[in-house]
Amino acid sequence: MLQTKINHRVFIHVHPVLTTIIQRLGLGLLTLFVVTVIIFSSIEFLPGDFGQAVLGQAALPETVEAFRRELGLDRPPVERYFMWAGNVLTGDLGTSFSGRDASGVDRSRDVWQLIQPRLANTLFLASMAALVAVPLSLALGITAALYRNSIYDRVVNATTLTTISFPEFFVGYILILIFATYFKVFPSLANISDSTPLLEKIYRSTLPAFALTLVIVAHMMRMTRAAIINLLASPYIEMAQLKGASKAKVILHHALPNAWAPIVNVIAFNLAYLVVGVVVVEVVFVYPGLGQLMVDAVSSRDIPVVQACALIFAGTYILLNLFADVISIITNPRLLHPR
Amino acid sequence: MSTNDVLLTMRDVRIDGFSDDRWHHIIKGVDVTLKRGEILGFIGESGAGKSTLGLAAMGFVRPGCKFVGGSIEFAGMDLLNLSSAELRRLHGSRIAYVAQSAAASFNPAHRLLDQTIESTVAHGIADLETAKQDAIELYRDLQLPDPENIGQRYPHQVSGGQLQRVMTAMAMSSRPDLIIFDEPTTALDVTTQVEVLTSMRTIVEKYNTAAIYITHDLAVVAQMADNIKVLRYGETIEDAPTREMISSPKAAYTQSLWAVRALEKPPQTSIDTILEINQVHASYGKSIKVLDDISIKVPRGQTLAVVGESGSGKSTAARVITGLLPPLEGQIIFNGERLPSALKNRSKKQLQAVQMIYQMADTAMNPRHTIRDIIGRPLNFYLGLVGAAQDQRIMELLRLIELDESFLDRYPDELSGGQKQRICIARALAAEPELIICDEVTSALDQIVQEGILKLLLRLQKELGITYIFITHDIATVRAIADQVVVMFQGQVVEQGGKDEIFTAPYPAYTELLLSSVPEMDPDWLTQLQQQRALIE
Repeated sequence: MLQTKINHRVFIHVHPVLTTIIQRLGLGLLTLFVVTVIIFSSIEFLPGDFGQAVLGQAALPETVEAFRRELGLDRPPVERYFMWAGNVLTGDLGTSFSGRDASGVDRSRDVWQLIQPRLANTLFLASMAALVAVPLSLALGITAALYRNSIYDRVVNATTLTTISFPEFFVGYILILIFATYFKVFPSLANISDSTPLLEKIYRSTLPAFALTLVIVAHMMRMTRAAIINLLASPYIEMAQLKGASKAKVILHHALPNAWAPIVNVIAFNLAYLVVGVVVVEVVFVYPGLGQLMVDAVSSRDIPVVQACALIFAGTYILLNLFADVISIITNPRLLHPR
Repeated sequence: MSTNDVLLTMRDVRIDGFSDDRWHHIIKGVDVTLKRGEILGFIGESGAGKSTLGLAAMGFVRPGCKFVGGSIEFAGMDLLNLSSAELRRLHGSRIAYVAQSAAASFNPAHRLLDQTIESTVAHGIADLETAKQDAIELYRDLQLPDPENIGQRYPHQVSGGQLQRVMTAMAMSSRPDLIIFDEPTTALDVTTQVEVLTSMRTIVEKYNTAAIYITHDLAVVAQMADNIKVLRYGETIEDAPTREMISSPKAAYTQSLWAVRALEKPPQTSIDTILEINQVHASYGKSIKVLDDISIKVPRGQTLAVVGESGSGKSTAARVITGLLPPLEGQIIFNGERLPSALKNRSKKQLQAVQMIYQMADTAMNPRHTIRDIIGRPLNFYLGLVGAAQDQRIMELLRLIELDESFLDRYPDELSGGQKQRICIARALAAEPELIICDEVTSALDQIVQEGILKLLLRLQKELGITYIFITHDIATVRAIADQVVVMFQGQVVEQGGKDEIFTAPYPAYTELLLSSVPEMDPDWLTQLQQQRALIE
């Protein structure tokens, strides 16, 4: 009671949604800074650097040294980090190390040029999986709550649990085995490029998207079901029943609007996973995504590319979580309409 | 009166409930007859089955319960043999329900107006616009402020008393034949309760709606009901018209319910002051003042009752005394010496001298500790008792609170509400304090259990000479145990003095309102009060 009064005073001028967004954005920038520092220093701690990785063990120390000087790797790490950070703030992600070699030929590319097509592919695959997985898991979760403890509920629960229990690569290979080998419906390799037409893109990406869907549905579906069932013991749900509301209406109209906050958080978490955590699936289907690019860049110590990928991944997490927070506030009248 | 006038007939209704891995009988063959336009009161303590029986009148049982016998006939329909779809058509159209806690029973996600007319529109009784206009009329009938617009608010934006009235409007919206009121005013302050009772009674009379009114408060049921049914352990103890029941209760149990209110303590006077609160200001956070310049003197060896509604600052006063909430200004003088305002600056001896007992005994004890641990802890902490000496003292304390050694190794979960509160009293006594602050210690308990706890506290005071500060909103409790009374309102002390002085006219306006709002057993009390207040206005 008192707490709400106090909050009320604080939010007289600025709407709580706005304050939250501003706060989270500020925190997000801080998180981005910390993430890039951690990534940068952990690569620093790895043995060897880009010069060595490219020139190989046999290279003369003088050659390596000259090459490093050219890349600026001889300067102190702190200086290099802040130079990079300063450039990023002006919108310049820098130039990739790769493409240069000791002979002095420079075919290196802008990091953004390198990342842009990969990012587009990753977002494409993520959206495809999300467009199927989110509605599907909501529908499954709501119906499972509606017919809880029925055979349907058990089958849905058991199935989704099974698919989440297998490692992603296993799910991927099983899908390839069934849909590309036994029944030749979909291609086993999802190699797409900028020039691939949209329908063809969708067709080729079906199996990886399907694999991702299987991996994330269980989490979201179970949270939807649990969040709704949690509310079913509330007095206002009993009241709705005593007002003669049908089962479906009780769930959809009375329980669901109060259950969004936990559901949206889990959805945001899984969407972030679709962008950030899909390297394994990309490898299985040879899909040219961002995860693959980052892994390659780490192994060749191509710091500018690694940093840019890390920025994008961390940014995705922060934005999606911000989105979830905003939805939680909007669906909570106590926060949206303070006393 | 012809049989056509009978709206609801329940015959030999039996309901079982599942708990502790087996089925128990909750309702053991109860008959109910209700005529159109009549109000029937169900009264009994918790566990009597009154809510279960009230819901059964709708053909509804809570999850974990089932009908095992009897028949329920409502307007010619056998409710127990209707399909769930047919029952749903009755619920919210011909039978409506008003729940105990309006705050919990309104859906936080929807506006009040939408909830008010939801079932009326869904059942096709009226179209959306008509229902909305009608709801506004009902809000007006129920004397809600700003009836045109209050429906646009969300449940958290209006007060508890207003919510309870909106819920009555919600029940009334479909013009049902029968409304079940399930303890609708239990969670409200007395002054609010009067207003809600009045408006509920008026509207039920206006539309000649039959009602079942469930409560544990005799005085309330006396105002509302034409007939009263006393229930205990799922059985009918006594049935009678209200006036007859009030004037000459027959069953011994009913008489004992009546007797609780008779407990009264002759006030004593004392010259010695144990605790003095001097011009204390306190607030939570920065801006809201909860205590505004209060000064209170607590006489040694006596009981000071602090009375007021929720939000009046009485619990905050307790927090200031214990040091949990350091005041902004002012001082607390205990036995002539000034207490450090913050808990962490107080010495062990100062801590020991002031103990506290809370309203919810459930949450005030660690559920993973046995009674031995719970009482043993202060013995060890303040008095350094260990081993056999500690055990012996625990035994003495248990005997003091009228329990025996069989409780030693039990957990709080295994105790009844009254027993838990006794353990909390023993824990406070273990520190051998001079002053015990009792914060609403009886308000979560049934009347008969309350009486037991109050008698115990009085006996302990007599034997041990302890001083109590007794925080309560219940005037009957004040009469029962207080010597001195402090009336608080909106963070200020309205009146302070001996019990007789406070309870004798002339009163300050607020004390007058508070005292006159306490329901009396007289069935005409509410009517007379309404007339008096109408005259004044």
